[in-house]
Amino acid sequence: MNVPIECRAKWAAERARDAFLALADGAVFRGVAFGARRDALGEAVFNTGMTGYQEILTDPSYAGQFVVLTTPEVGNYGCNAEDEESRGLFLNGLVVRRVNPPSNFRATEGLEAYLTRHGKPGIYGVDTRALTLHLRDHGTQRAYLHASDEPLAEAEAVARARAWEGLDGQDYAARVSTHEPYAWNDAGRLHVVVYDFGVKRNILRCLAAAGCRVTVVPAKTPAEAALALRPDGVFLSNGPADPNALPYAQETVRALLAARIPLMGICLGHQLLGLACGARCGRLPFGHHGCNHPVKSLVDGAVAVTSQNHNYALSDLPGCLEQTHVNLNDGTCEGVRHRTLPALSVQFHPEAAPGPHEAQALFRPFVALMEATR
Amino acid sequence: MPKRTDLRKILLIGSGPIVIGQGCEFDYSGTQACKALRAEGYEVVLVNSNPATIMTDPATADRTYIEPLTPESLEAILERERPDALLPTLGGQTALNLSMALYRRGSLGRLGVEMIGANAASIDRAEDRQKFKEAMLAIGLDLPRSGTAHTLGEARSVAAAIGSWPLIVRPAFTLGGTGGGIAQGPEDLDRIAQAGLDASPTSEVLIEESLLGWKEFEMEVVCDRKGNAIVVCSIENIDPMGVHTGDSITVAPIQTLSDAEYQAMRDDSFAVMRAIGIATGGANVQWAVDPRTGRRVVIEMNPRVSRSSALASKATGFPIAKVAALLAVGFTLDELRNDVTGTTPASFEPALDYVVVKAPRFAFEKFHGADETLGTQMKSVGEAMAIGATFQEAFQKALRSLEIGRAGFGADGREAARGLPDDALADALAHPTADRVFHLHEALRRGWPFDRLHALTAIDPYFLRQLWELVAFESEIAAHAPGPLPHGLFLQAKRLGFSDRQLATLLGADEASVTAARRAAGLLPGYGLVDTCAGEFAARTPYYYSSYALSPSEPPAHGQRAILIIGGGPNRIGQGIEFDACCCQAAAALHALGCRVVMANANPETVSTDYDTSDALYFEPLTLEDLVNVYERERCVGAIVQFGGQTPLNLAQALKAAGVSILGTDPDDIDLAEDRDRFKRLADDIGILQPPSGIAHTAEDALAIADRLGYPVLVRPSFVLGGRGMVIVRRREDLDALARQAVAIAEGKPILIDRFLENAVELDVDAVCDGQDTVVGAILEHVEPAGVHSGDAACVTPPLSLGEETLERIRAYARAFAQALRVRGLMNLQLAVKGRDVYVIEVNPRASRTVPFVSKAIGVSLAAVAARVMAGQTLAQAGLPAERTPPCHAAKEAVFPFARFPGAEIVLSPEMKSTGEVMGLAPTPGLAYLKSQLAAGARLPLPGPGRPAPTILLSLCDADKPAGVAAAKRLAALGYALCATRGTATALWDAGLRPAACFRLGEGRPDALDLIRAGAVQWVVNTAGPGDDRLGDGLRIRAEALRRALPVTTLIQGFLAAVDGLSEHLSGVALRPLSLQELHAAR
Repeated sequence: MNVPIECRAKWAAERARDAFLALADGAVFRGVAFGARRDALGEAVFNTGMTGYQEILTDPSYAGQFVVLTTPEVGNYGCNAEDEESRGLFLNGLVVRRVNPPSNFRATEGLEAYLTRHGKPGIYGVDTRALTLHLRDHGTQRAYLHASDEPLAEAEAVARARAWEGLDGQDYAARVSTHEPYAWNDAGRLHVVVYDFGVKRNILRCLAAAGCRVTVVPAKTPAEAALALRPDGVFLSNGPADPNALPYAQETVRALLAARIPLMGICLGHQLLGLACGARCGRLPFGHHGCNHPVKSLVDGAVAVTSQNHNYALSDLPGCLEQTHVNLNDGTCEGVRHRTLPALSVQFHPEAAPGPHEAQALFRPFVALMEATR
Repeated sequence: MPKRTDLRKILLIGSGPIVIGQGCEFDYSGTQACKALRAEGYEVVLVNSNPATIMTDPATADRTYIEPLTPESLEAILERERPDALLPTLGGQTALNLSMALYRRGSLGRLGVEMIGANAASIDRAEDRQKFKEAMLAIGLDLPRSGTAHTLGEARSVAAAIGSWPLIVRPAFTLGGTGGGIAQGPEDLDRIAQAGLDASPTSEVLIEESLLGWKEFEMEVVCDRKGNAIVVCSIENIDPMGVHTGDSITVAPIQTLSDAEYQAMRDDSFAVMRAIGIATGGANVQWAVDPRTGRRVVIEMNPRVSRSSALASKATGFPIAKVAALLAVGFTLDELRNDVTGTTPASFEPALDYVVVKAPRFAFEKFHGADETLGTQMKSVGEAMAIGATFQEAFQKALRSLEIGRAGFGADGREAARGLPDDALADALAHPTADRVFHLHEALRRGWPFDRLHALTAIDPYFLRQLWELVAFESEIAAHAPGPLPHGLFLQAKRLGFSDRQLATLLGADEASVTAARRAAGLLPGYGLVDTCAGEFAARTPYYYSSYALSPSEPPAHGQRAILIIGGGPNRIGQGIEFDACCCQAAAALHALGCRVVMANANPETVSTDYDTSDALYFEPLTLEDLVNVYERERCVGAIVQFGGQTPLNLAQALKAAGVSILGTDPDDIDLAEDRDRFKRLADDIGILQPPSGIAHTAEDALAIADRLGYPVLVRPSFVLGGRGMVIVRRREDLDALARQAVAIAEGKPILIDRFLENAVELDVDAVCDGQDTVVGAILEHVEPAGVHSGDAACVTPPLSLGEETLERIRAYARAFAQALRVRGLMNLQLAVKGRDVYVIEVNPRASRTVPFVSKAIGVSLAAVAARVMAGQTLAQAGLPAERTPPCHAAKEAVFPFARFPGAEIVLSPEMKSTGEVMGLAPTPGLAYLKSQLAAGARLPLPGPGRPAPTILLSLCDADKPAGVAAAKRLAALGYALCATRGTATALWDAGLRPAACFRLGEGRPDALDLIRAGAVQWVVNTAGPGDDRLGDGLRIRAEALRRALPVTTLIQGFLAAVDGLSEHLSGVALRPLSLQELHAAR
């Protein structure tokens, strides 16, 4: 039968397996380059979600990271503008087992073209299970992705991964944050100022759906400037990298708390609230990245299957914070509220996108706080 | 708050005999539930009529009743046991319907039994179409648009309101939907609606929007009493709407939905569950999605554990049935552990890092005349599941797991569609049958574009592209013929799921040399773990699948003797749950001896593929290549082929040649028993009679042999399962065509011609031999005379018509055969007794279909004994030092799928057609038989005060008249009314009875069919004499009776046994339920 030449070329590339991901500990995982043909440095993390690669790609919290998807078939439903969670792609590369052309009525572009257009490299044909088990057992790693056509020795790639500064102590929030304040929508009963440390659009959509007028401000906006917008509440967004590297943001949170303005945080925002109140925030061995983590509310006992994406977690909570949620898999802190001030936060992603929707109700207590203090 | 402490004793109902649509998945779910509830300290009472199940092993429940699944029988058990609660959701539709019947009769209320897991109102809401529709509309869900019409004008306005074409028109209250059709446009509608209105006795048609070709999805949902809910697994059908999901090739997880679409469907699945009011447990929600617009409608929901739940459990490692049982007694999801990780809770959703493909297994070859087109009614008899690192790998594995002679997706030299003209191929794609997937292979090979294939099949282009790549890659392999393949290409081919056999075909080489080249190149599969969490947490359950996309890893360290048990593969007629029960019992026995039990199987419905049945579970195709890989990885010391039916036996020689040590009887001796020539000499040496016979390779040979033997003769291909192609030929003029057919089925192997022993008594003997001693498990006497396949025959034990001297001779023959065949393990003999002569028909040194039945009758697991013997114990050590007398009489009856195949012949023959079996246990043979009939669903009518006398229609052949008339006389005395066709009526008159007479078909009206249609008959007894097995009248009468769910008795022996049972029962002997534990307690 007639097999198109580009198909034969693809098979040849799949045999050659010229691309690879080299980890700082020396482990190397080979595969085939796709998307932008360029090399990159990043931190390798795995995500166990079975849907939502486009939301993952456009989630600014992945800035500086290589995302390994454990779900084997990727690209199946293509990409479209509606499912973008931010203005661009901030991760450093995508690692998958297989990448497929799209088949879905909403698809406007294939995954490979989408990555190429955004200048992001990818690698497929990787034994993602072995890589995942490696990251699980040896922890999140600095890594070098070789996806360009320039020849490169594996050992050199490992050396470059080792030499890279990594994400600890790095302020990536400022890199991904909006540079100028903007209004997300123009109507709503309550006015919320959202600190953009790498905010996902679905958080903004959820706030809007809860009746809020949303103004998004850059990460380094001083508290006074935010309060000058006369909001009913302030929201601290999710975001990438290390919350300990954001002293300015912790300062902002302390000022906001002092102003007794209703406050809600998600993910990085949750960690910032904790740090501002005196909790510790340390690294998890391999983070939580996926759509299936059970989180129990210590308030009403309900269990939600949640969307998660974080590498750091709060511990050693100060007396002023009450833990409201716990991760049932590993017992880590998933939510807090302030005992005396109108502030609450969760580690997971109630806005979902990707992931289960049942935690979306968590925007309601924030709205209630705002209404109560109005 | 954990489990309920106000409950102490819980009754669980099984699903009864295996039928199409209700397979051994409910043995799996019921067994899990029993184990889980007992582990929590509850006393479990189990009722099931099917002895070939693990759930009915006396060790599974506290009290086990093998009793008919009828409201009367259940009521008697409830009275006796007085359980606190009834769990209705784990035994399929049978248990659900029976529980509802008990509820409606008021038995549950009267006896204070609480229904747990689901309540009557919610079951009703899910099952009643109208109530379901209302509940769905109330929560704002979309359903297929529809309306009813009583006139053509109404039909037109319903069509206008729906607003799209085509439309499905279904007349109300017609059998099998006759008179309906698909209207493509207004003219069609007028014509079809008018025909439908005319056909409907109420002049009513249902007009419904057509969802043909829409994408079809399923969500397996579990919830607890606090409202926590999870999706355990999502499933996508490759064959879209229009083909029953049981007959579709399906994939897990869903492949072609974005997160937004998936999550919306997930939210709505929970909404459906809450609207129906499912309190706790598992449910399945089915959805259809318009691929052009994304519009999504809800199709149905099952408020119980289903076939899909079993698939979902095996696909994810999440034990839905176990969890559902625990949720029903009050636990919440977060209180239960995920068994697989041991550290995380069950309140999560499994993440898969592999792809699962399920493929259906059909048995149309058994049902001549059946319509083979796939539609909305399920027709498959079993299924295979495969796990791969990619869709393509899983897909190829699934097709080779089906054991239909295919080595994967084509490329195996079996491409029958090659010669099909284009238009015939297009037609075959548009009208789905069991072979459509292979037709698709051919169309892809011809380079038909995806849009054309999508238009013909409605299969999503995503799958078409994946399959195209497999077909295209064949040329890449073939370019290297005759091999060897370069390393990179070899690995790539293996990653695409190509089996060694496919590669051999493409290279023009033989499989052994491809395998040798592969091993020389160091190409071995890696093994992934089904761990529920995509590797996020360490798993402790050893449940594996192979993949060449995974790096080979060190096998698990263990210091034990590892023994591989090869399972039975997908259910089919002739090989099903009986063999799975044997595998499981053997696994438990070997584990108890300290062995590491390695189980290999590809059937997701089974208990053997539960991860806690063995020490290591390999979900793999049962082929030489896949099994040798498992054997070597686990460093097994031996493999057992005796328990999985024909599948492992057929592989025994090849496995041995590949270096696998076969435990138990040697493959050469197994072969000796299968090889007719060698066997004939053996029987002569032993001195047992055989029906005179000959071996033919062509139809001409057959004719010559038959002339020598004299008619009637039995013609059968060798090395086949379930009597495939076996037929009794009574006349020379019929032989040629039938022998040709048998030659074709035998595929190069010889066909056997035996002199047929008319009216002989047929026996099945199951025995175990430890290499020294041989102990008979039981001797079963068939109720039907020789000529009916032993799997289809009703039988009883202990035998009724044989004297002690004959029985002693039979035992001696069993010992002689066991010794001659050097049997170590199980052996089954099929014998025929005519007068004082005992003939041997065949001997099989392996587990037979009747082993579980015998085990339940005598109270010892023969499979467990055999496994211990194979591991080196003596019979005395293994717990069966001598033959045991059953404590009561046991009867087995077979259950048939004829109602699923309108048009197929309804006649018992040497070719097996039954799908399942039931057991009746009672103090007398008559009552045991009666129980087996009731259990098989034959609703034999009982006369009673204040009721009109039930009428029996008798139509007997001449040979049966003397015995039949005598039995009819007894029935008349018991209060039955008789009705008979002419000849039979005359015989009854002569005996002094006064039956109503009716005409035979074509001789006048009212005839037998008229009476059945008029509802004037409650039991049809219609026997056929020698020479007329294709009797047209009988066929039509039986078909009509079947359609009306009337009991039909076709053999005089069955009739006589039933009359014995009825007369005992009606003279005051109650059908008392008795638990296996009590029955066998005396020992």
